[in-house]
Amino acid sequence: MKVNGVDHPAPTDTRRLLSDHLRHDLDLTGTHVGCEHGVCGCCTVLLDGAPIRSCLMLAVQAEGHEVTTIEGLARDGEPLHPVQQAFHECHALQCGFCTPGFVMSVVGLLAQHAKPSAQEIDEGIAGNLCRCTGYASIRRAVDRAVELKK
Amino acid sequence: MKPPPFEYHAPTTVDEVCSLLGSQEDAKVLAGGQSLVPLLNFRLARPRHLVDINRVAGLDRIYQRDGGIAVQALARQAEVEDSQLVARLCPLLSAAVRLVAHRVIRNRGTVCGSLAHADPASELPAVILALGGHVIARSVRGERLIAAEQLFKGVFETALAPDELLVEAWFPELIDPYAILEESRRHGDFALAGVVRAGQHLALFGVAPTPVIADPKDPAAGLQPSGDLEASPEFRLRLVRVLTQRAFAA
Repeated sequence: MKVNGVDHPAPTDTRRLLSDHLRHDLDLTGTHVGCEHGVCGCCTVLLDGAPIRSCLMLAVQAEGHEVTTIEGLARDGEPLHPVQQAFHECHALQCGFCTPGFVMSVVGLLAQHAKPSAQEIDEGIAGNLCRCTGYASIRRAVDRAVELKK
Repeated sequence: MKPPPFEYHAPTTVDEVCSLLGSQEDAKVLAGGQSLVPLLNFRLARPRHLVDINRVAGLDRIYQRDGGIAVQALARQAEVEDSQLVARLCPLLSAAVRLVAHRVIRNRGTVCGSLAHADPASELPAVILALGGHVIARSVRGERLIAAEQLFKGVFETALAPDELLVEAWFPELIDPYAILEESRRHGDFALAGVVRAGQHLALFGVAPTPVIADPKDPAAGLQPSGDLEASPEFRLRLVRVLTQRAFAA
């Protein structure tokens, strides 16, 4: 499987969840693990460009596919991805635990809708839980990301 | 919160899938995994064999047949949501899929998987029931058609035999009138109660062990929904009456 553009062999342990494989085998700890049953959204990554829950997929299933994690959006020293920049500008994070998942979901949302309506934004981030911000700043960050992407 | 041990199989043809399901004891089909993997992680399910069908080619089509739409086993819910064909011929299905969890889940989850999983509070079983659709089950013994009204047997229980793969679901064409209305705590959550109108037919979900057909004039007749922290039985009955009224008001 390709992770952030680099080829990696799939793990031999077929029980390994993709989320655990990313964190423990590939040391990509930006993907966070919250609930491990698909509810919190913290472990969201892109599979062939579309956001998915990495805790609901076995790592072996990603063989032959391209996975993008939060580390793959902007390399060290490069400018932030527009969605990351927007979260930074709008204070769309406090403790930051949920942030990688939100950013990956929003990247997926903007790939689906270049200029999402308020309802599309709400539905686009409804699958991610944030216990700090109250979501208002996250909604603003989505609008800001649309501007930054122009 | 990690899956229990299992033997993993990744067949590449439907025949191989069927022969595995027919020969391995306690085998479970893994499609989108959006219901099965949580059950594994919670260890509520401990199948000895997992038969992953995601490597099977040509099982992801959404196409027109016999005056309706066929959705194959690997067609993702997001693909059904975006399908122009579905929007044109069966807009009820497009509307219903949008109520299933969240887009991130629908990117993996499959329509056929939702039907085989048969969660009584989920939308798609009630949709296929209200429309009078069917599913096609394949095994080494052959292929059979199961009408929606025969498919759902109990909570998470269907008429599918352990060696059968649900290869395709068929939804009859219906342009108008239709409605799907549900009440849930948050968008994308399972419904406390929901109603599906397909023409003059009504199906309910979230209020019985399976989706049920009901009389639009007296939708709550004979129902004994369960109560939990989120809704009492009385509240669920009230939701059924109010949502039915709204679905048939248009």
